[in-house]
Amino acid sequence: MHIRRAPDVPSSEITKEDHYLNRREWIAAAVAAGAAAGFVPQTLQALAQGQGPVATGTPYGLQKDDKPTPWEDVTGYNNFYEFGTAKEDPAQYAKGFKPKPWTVKVDGMVKNAADYQLEDFLKPAKIEDRIYRHRCVEAWSMVIPWRGFSLSDILKRAEPTSQAKFVEFTTLFDPRRMPGQTMRVLDWPYVEGLRLDEAMHPLALMVTGVYGRDLPNQNGAPLRLHVPWKYGFKSVKSIVRIRLVDKQPRNTWNLSAPDEYGFYSNVNPEVDHPRWTQATERRIGEFSKRKTLMFNGYADQVASMYTGMDLRKNY
Amino acid sequence: MLLIVALCIPPVLGIAGVASDILAHTRYFGSNPVKEVEHFLGRWTLRLIFATLTITPLRQISGWNWLAKHRRTLGLFAFAYLTLHWIAYAFLDVQLDWGELKKDLLKRPYIFLGMTALLLMIPLVITSTKAMIRRLGRNWTKLHRLIYIIAILGVIHYSMAVKKDLTDPLTYGAVLLVLYGWRIYRATRSRPAPA
Repeated sequence: MHIRRAPDVPSSEITKEDHYLNRREWIAAAVAAGAAAGFVPQTLQALAQGQGPVATGTPYGLQKDDKPTPWEDVTGYNNFYEFGTAKEDPAQYAKGFKPKPWTVKVDGMVKNAADYQLEDFLKPAKIEDRIYRHRCVEAWSMVIPWRGFSLSDILKRAEPTSQAKFVEFTTLFDPRRMPGQTMRVLDWPYVEGLRLDEAMHPLALMVTGVYGRDLPNQNGAPLRLHVPWKYGFKSVKSIVRIRLVDKQPRNTWNLSAPDEYGFYSNVNPEVDHPRWTQATERRIGEFSKRKTLMFNGYADQVASMYTGMDLRKNY
Repeated sequence: MLLIVALCIPPVLGIAGVASDILAHTRYFGSNPVKEVEHFLGRWTLRLIFATLTITPLRQISGWNWLAKHRRTLGLFAFAYLTLHWIAYAFLDVQLDWGELKKDLLKRPYIFLGMTALLLMIPLVITSTKAMIRRLGRNWTKLHRLIYIIAILGVIHYSMAVKKDLTDPLTYGAVLLVLYGWRIYRATRSRPAPA
């Protein structure tokens, strides 16, 4: 199998440490002044004292003016219907969720089918901090400092057989732990899929943390996918099963509204959603809209996988 | 007077909140204040339209005829809320991208329905003065029955705008059904039995 090399990151793209330090000093000074005046919330004070989440990592595909989206937004504005359909629901209703212990079944067309404990993945993995662009199908976007390892690590270990062409992912189904699943708003469990070459791409990240911390429950703890060149719903959360198959798997949003959500769902400013434009997006925390980039800014790394494909048809 | 002050509260809070979120990065409307204030104003528009439709049943049930003179105030405020909802959509959300506004109107049925409802409300506003009521006479009542259609358009617009979870739009639809059901019940009950 052809495995693509990790994209080169020009050193100019890497944010220098002293930039962060400067920023934090500045925040510390501002917060100290604010705390004295009595109007800075405690979380901000904690942040300035160095207890807070810090955006670190290697930027991948970031544009000049891309800055990490604040922690409050990354962990407070979520689409995770397993915990409710409002954006604030997951942060509220996932509080009591216990993501450990966690077992992931890897099976289907693989030589080494097995039930893995999360630690089995983490121990041998090369855990990295990577800052990715994230584009939701609802036309908003974020820049998120993830922590995780390449999905290809899991797949290589499982050794797909020659018939395997696609990878299917399944989210935990347990309505007692995921109260949103008591409502039949989607057909549970949530399933998603990638073509095998997409899944083997070095940008496809198995996420275990964000902002240098363990992944909060509302973001898909303890193990989720992030495929930065596709709309967010492809990046399935709280994964319990990874199955190698020979046919294109079903994916939940496509089953729910086939004319609105496709299988590929590559970010594409030229193909509108039936109810809104995909040409622009609102970066959370910003007022002016940004132009949406082809493959969400990762065209150089991923476009070759789709040569000759009609992206209007395969939306 | 008290009613007018009360009706100013939701839009003033909405505008102040979103302005503060955009300009000072507060979080009154959470992470996506433009979308939130747009939906906030939309829901308040529907609530006020429903309030105008509640006056008649309430009078019939309670006999409080003094309610009647407040119906116009509620209706005019409903139109003001609707205008603000449209401003939030066109100015803050689409940011006056004319090509996009046109595409929304022509290609996206829920926008078309919303715009239709807005346009249908204009004649109701224009004919809300005492002089116009007098001049139109019985036709005034006929014209203002448009509100029944506007309210339905509003609920359909809402249900088509949400992504998947229909709980809220269906709740609004249920309230509307009760308001219309009462009228149908009254109409059939008070009709004299056929000879």
